Amino acid sequence: MSVAVVGAAESELGVTGKTIMELQTQAITGALADAGLSLADVDGLATAGVSRFSATQVADYLGIRPAWTDSTFAGGSAFEMYVARAAQAIEAGQCTTVLISYGSNQRSARSRSLAGVLEPHTPETEFESPYGPLYPISYYAMAAQRYLHAHGAKREDLAEVAVAAREWALLNPRAYRYEAGPLTVDDVLASPMVSSPLTVADCCLVTDGGGAIILTSLERARDLRRPPVVVLGYGEATTNTGMASAGDLLEPGSIMSGRRAYAMAGLGPQDVDVAQLYDSFTITVLLTLEGLGFCGPGEAGDFVRRRALPYNTNGGGLSYCHPGMYGLLLLVEAVRQLRGECGPRQVDGAQVALAHGTGGILSTHATVLLGVDR
Amino acid sequence: MTPWWEATREGRLLLQRCEGCGHLQHYPRALCTGCGGTDLGWQESAGRGAVDSFTVVHRSPSPEHAPPYVVARVRLDEGPILLTNLVGDADWHCDQRVRLAWRTLDDGRRLPVFEQE
Repeated sequence: MSVAVVGAAESELGVTGKTIMELQTQAITGALADAGLSLADVDGLATAGVSRFSATQVADYLGIRPAWTDSTFAGGSAFEMYVARAAQAIEAGQCTTVLISYGSNQRSARSRSLAGVLEPHTPETEFESPYGPLYPISYYAMAAQRYLHAHGAKREDLAEVAVAAREWALLNPRAYRYEAGPLTVDDVLASPMVSSPLTVADCCLVTDGGGAIILTSLERARDLRRPPVVVLGYGEATTNTGMASAGDLLEPGSIMSGRRAYAMAGLGPQDVDVAQLYDSFTITVLLTLEGLGFCGPGEAGDFVRRRALPYNTNGGGLSYCHPGMYGLLLLVEAVRQLRGECGPRQVDGAQVALAHGTGGILSTHATVLLGVDR
Repeated sequence: MTPWWEATREGRLLLQRCEGCGHLQHYPRALCTGCGGTDLGWQESAGRGAVDSFTVVHRSPSPEHAPPYVVARVRLDEGPILLTNLVGDADWHCDQRVRLAWRTLDDGRRLPVFEQE
């Protein structure tokens, strides 16, 4: 691979009172400053969640005319997909410098609905919404229920994921729950039930937030101000939009996206020093740890309890920030870990980081492997 | 795909059947996901199956749904999986056997739901 991440930044997080474009701008200017680049250097742009024409909208707002854009809409996994597309575009010579950005004011704007977004012409609206599933929670809840049944696991196994996330958040001053104090398994079990077996504390936060990263050729990256973070490999899998489409709730697309990313990088799970896994819900982490091969089916509860791998070191969507689509912030934390910038939450000597985005209802999966420049 | 909804008025749960390869599918589509064929017909389900998984919903997404209620994936004995509701009092668990029941909608169509067998 010959492409690297050279800049990364968050916007304001939490409850900001800002607009989407203000948050995008904060993240973009922050990432450019981090990289020592200017808007004039950007000739590629990927973003989502702004409007129907997201990349075009942001390009117009920034006053740039990119040679390459992407607004592939794949929920929280879109941003990991953009890394893949950006690397391909840079390697193909279509552009030299790609900005990937995101911003959401969903908390301030109170724009989130329990039913999700129903589009009248889709089969889900016709055949599934009459039954009143919460979107996306009820799907993950059914995956969790099946997981507990198939593996003889307990709600405590789910709860431990939220407990572990909080431990990391207490080390990250930017985390929404930084000052909230520790969380216990009993706290999670006693939280109000939303869609059984998932309680409020099994669900990610609803916050504002945003982020941006910048990619360019590794050759050019070596002349910039930050240590390059090299794109080592990537893989994707798209599986379902409907809640009844997947044959087996316990075989998510992360199995294939992970295999594809490992194969491209020539690495395996044993080579990963730190992982950033989309934790929309506690069950998402158990399924993703198993899907990516960090442990076997049914073993993730014990794996988490043993703290066998440093993952979601910023506190994750459960305790740090979850601005509707969290995928970009997975990449920001992966980059920072590989640069050794994470202070009290730094994983010593991290050489290889994995970021895994999950979109929709386990619908889309994208795995990115990043590494230090050797 | 009106035939599917029209059949519900008569209490018949239809599955789409591919005339080319015999594949059964739900929801109805303009092609077979088994072989890509477009010659499709209907087969009536016997209305028996098992709970693949379920969740008790405690917060209402809209006024017509009063919690708590049970959303489930039911795997019909014919193969296809439906999203549905489980109705009646039961200590629900995965792999539990269920049978078809119906809930009448305002316009006379009926919604297939399932109860304990």
